[in-house]
Amino acid sequence: MTTEMNTAIANTTNMQYVSHHHHNQSDTNVYGFWVYIMSDCILFACLFATFAVLHNNTYGGPSAKELFSLPFVFVETMALLTSSFTCGLMMLALHHNKRKLAFITLALTFLLGASFVFMELKEFHSLVAEGHDWQRSAFLSSFFTLVGTHGLHVSLGLLWLIVLAIQLGIHGINNTTMTKMRTFSLFWHFLDIIWILLFTIVYLVEFI
Amino acid sequence: MDYKRLINILKWLGPVILLFLLTGCKVVMFDPVGPVASEQRWIISLSIILMLLVVIPVIVLTLFFARKYRASNTKAKYTPEWSHSYLLEFIWWTIPCIIIIILAVITWISSHDLDPYRPIKAKDTIQKTPLIIQVVSLDWKWLFIYPEQNIASVNYLEIPKDQLVEFNVTSDAPMNSFWIPQLGSQIMTMQGMQTKLNTVGTRLGKFEGYSALYSGSGFSGMKFNINVVEKDKFEQWVSHAKASPLSLTLDNYVRLAQPSHWDPVTYYSKVEENLYSDIIMHYMLPGGKLNTLKDQYNKQLQN
Amino acid sequence: MQLLGKLTLSAIPHDPIIIGASAFMGLMVLLIVSSLFYFRKWTWLWTEWLTTVDHKKIGVMYIISALIMLVRGLTDGVLMRTHLMFSEGSMHGYLPPSHYDQIFTAHGVIMIFFMAMPLMFGLINILVPLQIGARDVAFPFLNAMSFWLFAISAILVNVSLVIGEFAGAGWLAYPPLSELAYSPGVGVDYYIWSLQISGAGTLLAGINFLVTIFRMRCPGMTLMKMPIFTWSALCTMALVVLAFPILTASLGMLLLDRLLGMHFFTADGGGNMMMYINLIWAWGHPEVYILILPAFGIFSEVVATFCQKRLFGYVAMVYATACITILSFIVWLHHFFTMGAGPVVNAFFGITTMIIAIPTGVKIFNWLFTMYRGRIIFATPMMWTIGFLVTFAVGGMTGVLMAVPVVDFQLHNSLFLVAHFHNVIIGGVVFGYFAGLIYWFPKIFGFKLNEKLGKKVFWCWFVGFYVAFMPLYPLGFMGMTRRLNHYDNPAWHLLLTIAAVGTFIIVCGVIFQAAQLITSIKKRKQERDVTGDPWNGRTLEWSMSSPPPVYNFAHVPRVDSVDPYWKAKQEDDSFDTPPYEAIHMPKNSSIPFIIGIFLFIFGFSMVWHIFWLAGLTFAAFIIALMCRGFDYDRDYYIQADEVKSTQAAGVLQQ
Repeated sequence: MTTEMNTAIANTTNMQYVSHHHHNQSDTNVYGFWVYIMSDCILFACLFATFAVLHNNTYGGPSAKELFSLPFVFVETMALLTSSFTCGLMMLALHHNKRKLAFITLALTFLLGASFVFMELKEFHSLVAEGHDWQRSAFLSSFFTLVGTHGLHVSLGLLWLIVLAIQLGIHGINNTTMTKMRTFSLFWHFLDIIWILLFTIVYLVEFI
Repeated sequence: MDYKRLINILKWLGPVILLFLLTGCKVVMFDPVGPVASEQRWIISLSIILMLLVVIPVIVLTLFFARKYRASNTKAKYTPEWSHSYLLEFIWWTIPCIIIIILAVITWISSHDLDPYRPIKAKDTIQKTPLIIQVVSLDWKWLFIYPEQNIASVNYLEIPKDQLVEFNVTSDAPMNSFWIPQLGSQIMTMQGMQTKLNTVGTRLGKFEGYSALYSGSGFSGMKFNINVVEKDKFEQWVSHAKASPLSLTLDNYVRLAQPSHWDPVTYYSKVEENLYSDIIMHYMLPGGKLNTLKDQYNKQLQN
Repeated sequence: MQLLGKLTLSAIPHDPIIIGASAFMGLMVLLIVSSLFYFRKWTWLWTEWLTTVDHKKIGVMYIISALIMLVRGLTDGVLMRTHLMFSEGSMHGYLPPSHYDQIFTAHGVIMIFFMAMPLMFGLINILVPLQIGARDVAFPFLNAMSFWLFAISAILVNVSLVIGEFAGAGWLAYPPLSELAYSPGVGVDYYIWSLQISGAGTLLAGINFLVTIFRMRCPGMTLMKMPIFTWSALCTMALVVLAFPILTASLGMLLLDRLLGMHFFTADGGGNMMMYINLIWAWGHPEVYILILPAFGIFSEVVATFCQKRLFGYVAMVYATACITILSFIVWLHHFFTMGAGPVVNAFFGITTMIIAIPTGVKIFNWLFTMYRGRIIFATPMMWTIGFLVTFAVGGMTGVLMAVPVVDFQLHNSLFLVAHFHNVIIGGVVFGYFAGLIYWFPKIFGFKLNEKLGKKVFWCWFVGFYVAFMPLYPLGFMGMTRRLNHYDNPAWHLLLTIAAVGTFIIVCGVIFQAAQLITSIKKRKQERDVTGDPWNGRTLEWSMSSPPPVYNFAHVPRVDSVDPYWKAKQEDDSFDTPPYEAIHMPKNSSIPFIIGIFLFIFGFSMVWHIFWLAGLTFAAFIIALMCRGFDYDRDYYIQADEVKSTQAAGVLQQ
């Protein structure tokens, strides 16, 4: 993509290059966000690797199989997947300049994301209440950290979504707000993919 | 102008280098007492020679080019646009490649031959059944347990000459590294884990052992002597240790494991059964005698 | 909960050395603050520097911080060497063990994170946009934020000198030593928080420059026409983006162990300390190349300019750099062969390590053959380059030597290792950045550095390095391990004394550097660079006035070769032709600086467990970020008339 861009730039004159500046900035932002997502992937990769190494180190405590309830996490997963879907609908609505629809799907995305976070907190709470907290074993430390880091990302995403909703309300759908929404939807889908991995590696494999 | 100064500096550095060579007689790494260290000495020398094949030309060429193509020397050829030559680039991709291939072969073979986990391939004159010594790095001293002899010592090792030795190594303090340069190779010591180091001493004498990995404020004092002696002398030493009034019970061990600096050599005539495996295991599972004792002792200390 | 967490009056150290050092630091701060009042420079400081988003000014601030930290780190080094001079047998030096441990930790942490890294980012900040024909970086606001995150972490880590203690667990804080069980003090927390904050800044800067280089190049500058320094910056930034998240993750887990009682790397609870060692070196080895690759880039620029000849083997150079970039991720285990991972694993990592020597060797030969049939001008940057070639060859050799696992089983953790990495870091990174600093100084500030003193600086550093570090090689062979604060071996004593003398020669070098800076500033009128091209340069940065105008390029240039400015000079082309048009530039912003202050307080209160304040400042940080989000008035235009008059002033100067 970049080489195409560059040849494209090379083939235009300086004048055109300057006038394209604004449009470029928007693409540059999205491009930069992609690079950020790549680096975030590595952060998660480290946490996944640590979980893989430590998940049998239960220090005499309970193992994954004894702790997790697959149906509960499945519902949680569906909430996040659906929120990714509604996020996609929101982007479509924005592209077609349908303001009302955009706000409805935005609210749906937020609610589904929030319920995901709520369910995760509930799971954490019940684990801690039963005495299986992060201090119990290396396995639980890595579990809480891996899942918690994802949850923290989702929560920050929700906060970001509120801020963006207000900006959309004030400024309407324009170049700047669209760029922001594009980066947000990237982030949201990325978290979805991480969760699918997480669901598989942390929960699903224990029950196969 | 500047290359002259450089030569002056080199002249000045000469005596310094000579000084290194003079102190060379005390360079322990070139004075091995076992096959591991002597093979390591040989690999070090061989690798240095191989690499000097590139390094010396580089240094000589640097100084030579710097002198010859100085701007004031207008007689030298000047080709400002010349920047590519397949032949030259082929040469300097190839030569390092060849050297690295040779070094890689050496690496592969020696890594297998001198793997610290692997018993030494020794001559027939050498006693093949290994003497097992359990090593525990503590804050900040070394504990050596001789399970077959049922004795233990702090900061002092004695081994018979020409007998294979297998060190089983663990730690009950921050990570460390167990190193006797003249016997060759070091190995890390870790809590809850065991590493191994096989070796053999083929020369009589007293040598130094070090703690190689920084482990806290008492680290500098954490060293020991190792004495390589004849078989009968070793037996004498064992019976001497057996006469020690101290015995390494769990209680005594917990006390010993407390941080301390510059510990003197101490012998223990008896060692609690399975102490070494308890030291490893008490990090793996909660509860157990050693954990309980440690907790009690720490509580006493706090009060 | 206590209002001030763990913070009490007893946190202020009573050691006379520390009190002296903190008094000196306090005095310096007082001096700077009062002179700002005296000269009424607060507004100037605020509008021109603290709120700037100009990449050149940010670069200058990085460099200034790096030089201050260099002095700090060097002081630690001198303290260590003089201590060891007086710490043989019955002598016990002047530093108690716990203080000595803090000093070598501080030396490592400060030199790598707060000296070498900012020096690199300083040069990259200033030069990359100029070399690729851009008016700023891709994200100027983010750039300022990166700087302030770095700056406040540098201050945070130095605050530990006055309040609390420095970490004493070594520069990589290996657990379990760095865990709460063995390091209950706040030192490791200071270490973690300052590295987390500056690490975040570094990561943001990495993303920023990666995007800048990929997307902001001027028309015609394809990847294979980029200046070699930019190429090495590109590879470095790829390494930053790929490696720094690993640092964040591993330090984060160590933090969770200490803060929430988790068991990632603890000895008990099922923790695995080797996981940390693996992770930290999976970051740490690329980090080594993050430091050295830009230095390689600088040497490539310097050697071509001062040999007045095209860089030999540009394409090979690029591929060699890319090879090193990729290989740097598959060698990390060579930092702990002695863990006993088994012969196959060790041999694999040993061989991959050696393979790196091949592209590095190719680079060295390319530099050598750039000199061949050139016209070498022995200006100071070139002298550093020659010093580098000689020194680095030795350092590279000892590096490959230690890459043989069985050799490493003998030399690991000995002073041989210390000699090796100082050999490549001083001989490579420091020489390189100094060469770059002198080379680009006239471009940045508009006047040259004094060459006469510059040569003295070089000789002091060069000779000092050899005297200080060559004795460490035989000391390693003699079995001396690193980080010892006491020993009883007379043979070691002699060599350590020589080494201490060497550090004093290096100190002379730094004194000459200070003198050079002061003299050059005093004589800046005589040494003024009116041409914008004092060294007869080859790349775009020399095509504008020195210092460059705020917008860098009046016209975005078009290039069609590797050395566009060299070509333009030969063809008598000019990049500066009227008519001009309005230039679109980013506005200054106070938010990065304010965020910096919030995060400083946040970090400090997390170290001392003052959680209410931490929560408050973190919320303030989020709100500050939101303010930026709601700010839609982020840029302005420099009108064509203004561009015209600025350009005219520049030409007049010429």
